[in-house]
Amino acid sequence: MVRVELPAHLCRLAGVGHEVTVAVDAAPVTIAAVLEVLERDYPALEGTIREHETKQRRAWLRFFVCEEDWSHVGMDAVLPEVIVNGKEPLLVIGAIAGG
Amino acid sequence: MSTVRLLVGTRKGGFVLTSDGKRQDWTVEGPFFAGWEIYHMKGSPVDPNRVWASQSSGWSGQVLQRSDDGGKTWTVAGNKFLYEGEAGTHQWYDGTPHPWEFKRVWHLEPSLSCADTVFAGVEDAAMFKTTDGGTTWNELPGLRKHGTGKDWQPGAGGMCLHSIVIDPTDEQRMFIAISAAGAFRTDDGGGSWKPINKGLYSKYIPNPTAEVGHCVHHIAMHPSKPRTLFMQKHWDVMRTDDAGENWSKVSGNLPTDFGFVIDVHAHEPETIFVVPIKSDSEHFPMEGQLTVFRSKTGGNEWEPLSRGLPQKDCYVNVLRDAMSVDRMDECGIYFGTTGGQVYASPDGGENWQAIVRDLPAVLSVEAQTLP
Repeated sequence: MVRVELPAHLCRLAGVGHEVTVAVDAAPVTIAAVLEVLERDYPALEGTIREHETKQRRAWLRFFVCEEDWSHVGMDAVLPEVIVNGKEPLLVIGAIAGG
Repeated sequence: MSTVRLLVGTRKGGFVLTSDGKRQDWTVEGPFFAGWEIYHMKGSPVDPNRVWASQSSGWSGQVLQRSDDGGKTWTVAGNKFLYEGEAGTHQWYDGTPHPWEFKRVWHLEPSLSCADTVFAGVEDAAMFKTTDGGTTWNELPGLRKHGTGKDWQPGAGGMCLHSIVIDPTDEQRMFIAISAAGAFRTDDGGGSWKPINKGLYSKYIPNPTAEVGHCVHHIAMHPSKPRTLFMQKHWDVMRTDDAGENWSKVSGNLPTDFGFVIDVHAHEPETIFVVPIKSDSEHFPMEGQLTVFRSKTGGNEWEPLSRGLPQKDCYVNVLRDAMSVDRMDECGIYFGTTGGQVYASPDGGENWQAIVRDLPAVLSVEAQTLP
């Protein structure tokens, strides 16, 4: 199970706590694969983390993996084992903006 | 006794304000969707408890919400707004071609006859329609592709389709307005469109009488006179009596004819309301005095209405979708400000009171009159 921490505004939208767990059957486990399952389990999140058509990350959201910014690593990069086995969460972070 | 419900969209959430027919004491519920921009909320004329809300944010884009109990509970609807076919380009601020990019839904206009059908005006300017209660949205591409789309340019607030008016005598006829392209009309339910901007004069564009390029801020109609429309343009208050074929200026004695909102009295089709704003660079009332102006003659002759409104040190704006009227026997008028106040007049504009004073900046106000 992959743990995903969401920003507060998406937690409210999906009606979940700050962290959700998703069962990713795909291998290897990538950010794209995690998001596929996340959007399937929580349809309200479709289009809010990545664009509907291009599947690109929305510009003001970031992905953090093991204290590293993976926002520009690519959706298809393979996630580390500690994310895959749930020891560490995949963080979806709202960029600081708005003054 | 009938009740009135106001649907108020703000920069940081939606609010539902309710009162009995006296419209003196109000209940405020919200914020719904806290932290998100709610550009517009509107109820279905067919089923008033079916209410729609456009929810967006810079972080997570567009979300559509639907309520079937008058705003008490909400369900996330479809939010996939994809342009039909090749998106193409419009003009950017510097005149260069710029690809069409969906940003948000500015305005939701429920059908007059079907609770599951809603039209959405979006930025970058286009019109979408759902016929399945908001699950799926499809563009009406005839608007963007009728020929002038490549010449449209954004206004300061973006290139938004912000006004949708449906002819109650013929729902195939609709009027829309885009900043800064102008007004357009369809006579076939959105299949084909034509610009209707003859008579508009905009000195800030290269050709002041161009077919498109006018910064129309809002349009309004009284249902009993569907060929008559009133328009608040960037500068100028305008009217047409032939469904947009020709417009004439009716600013008359207004102290300034810049502004955003315009609306029509529920029972008097020639009584209209505007809130004059000082200028396009100073988005606040003249002399710090918040004043609604009313014309009972369909324009040209205007009277100030300020009883109960702040008359000193008031420097708020009233945005284009932030005025509405109810349909009570004595028509109520409502508007919201960028300072977070929502003002109500239960007597056609004679007297005003603030329902709430400290909401986030108000983007839209819609009144529902409930049995």
